Amino acid sequence: MTITDPSGPDQVPPTPSHTVGPFYGYALPFRGGEDIAPLGHPDTITVHGYVLDGDGDPLPDALIELWGPRPDGTVPHVDGSQRRDPATGGHLGRNGVEFTGWGRVQTDANGHWYARTLRPGARGRNAPYLSVCVFARGLLVHLFTRIYLPDDDAALAADPLLTRVGGRRDTLIASEEAGGAYRFDIRLQGEGETVFLEFE
Amino acid sequence: MPLTQADIDREIAAAHAAYAKRVADGAPVEHHPRRDYAPYRSSVLRHPKQPLVAIDTGQDPELVELHSPAFGERDLTEIDNDLTRQHTGEPIGERITVSGRLLDRHGRPVRGQLIEIWQANSAGRYAHRREQHDAPLDPNFTGVGRALTDAEGRYHFTTVQPGPYPWRNHVNAWRPAHIHFSVFGSAFTQRLVTQMYFPNDPLFRYDPILQSVTDDAARQRLVATYDHSLSVPEFSLGYHWDIVLDGPAATWTEEGR
Repeated sequence: MTITDPSGPDQVPPTPSHTVGPFYGYALPFRGGEDIAPLGHPDTITVHGYVLDGDGDPLPDALIELWGPRPDGTVPHVDGSQRRDPATGGHLGRNGVEFTGWGRVQTDANGHWYARTLRPGARGRNAPYLSVCVFARGLLVHLFTRIYLPDDDAALAADPLLTRVGGRRDTLIASEEAGGAYRFDIRLQGEGETVFLEFE
Repeated sequence: MPLTQADIDREIAAAHAAYAKRVADGAPVEHHPRRDYAPYRSSVLRHPKQPLVAIDTGQDPELVELHSPAFGERDLTEIDNDLTRQHTGEPIGERITVSGRLLDRHGRPVRGQLIEIWQANSAGRYAHRREQHDAPLDPNFTGVGRALTDAEGRYHFTTVQPGPYPWRNHVNAWRPAHIHFSVFGSAFTQRLVTQMYFPNDPLFRYDPILQSVTDDAARQRLVATYDHSLSVPEFSLGYHWDIVLDGPAATWTEEGR
């Protein structure tokens, strides 16, 4: 059981954040990082998009982490996202069966990323969403956002965050494409800037 | 006109002065860099201009961000925390031991969580294709490590002292020697990526990335302490570095644990 008292005084000052830099690519990404859904699972969805800077140019060196609940809304506490091979020291990746809920993907040279995960279920009053954490060279502190899926208008209309962000809410809602994939671009700055979150 | 160190020094000094004035005027201490920090030129087009939207986690225990991804023994191999043993030969450089505790803002240990590190080799070169700094690669050193924190939140790495290296923020820009850290807490809100530095590096004052932390005390927290008790006889020099995660964590029993 984990019990904390968030109303208590902060006793220890935190370690400052720094940028992930340009050279994490041989350290953090891992085989199958973007294939979060168990193989063949019927609730699998594909989400993808670009990460764009203030000039609208794609970032070829951004790192995205996704974190979401199971389709029934429960949160997995399952390890094994980046299983390692003790024989070679390489990555085995996931076991194809268990769902850890967490994945990591680097944008490609075009600034594009994708992930396949399970459709998140709703939790509490919130419409279903995937939590997103963005890292990049030039970004001194990572950014949190959310990917809401467009399927349930009533749930989206009642979501506590979406009701607060007014005209910017569309930046948090993925668009469904013809093939059934969901498109979600992340605009770090400027026109259509994505809503980013801080947790208190 | 190429951007010089003197130009960057002036911008760093101006940002420090502006921060000192804010604090003098009653603004809170800033533990983290501002994302909008022009002396680090890559930040200019990569930071949001709209204010972040605050989420009061105390109002909603159901947020998935109050939970953390889990990692376990199968996500590591036994020698993942020893960067000197990942190849057939010994890497070149001064061997070091880096150890410390992973804590939350209340000083409580964060147990069983994943710490990932990466770094340049002793010559200041990363094992990354796009890294074209003209320093030798070391066939016996990749510079990637992983560890799970123990029951007291402790972690432990054996590696070699990374070298400083040049970069192209401005003319004659050099990064002080550092190790990159990626850390998970008990909640996704506590996620941290940062860099650990070594004591008394003369490059500190010239580096806009370190200086992006404008609070003097906060900046000091990125610098490890030499710890003779961590030095291993006939083998390595020891550095102690505790990591304190910011951000709220769950107030409720974690599901399924």
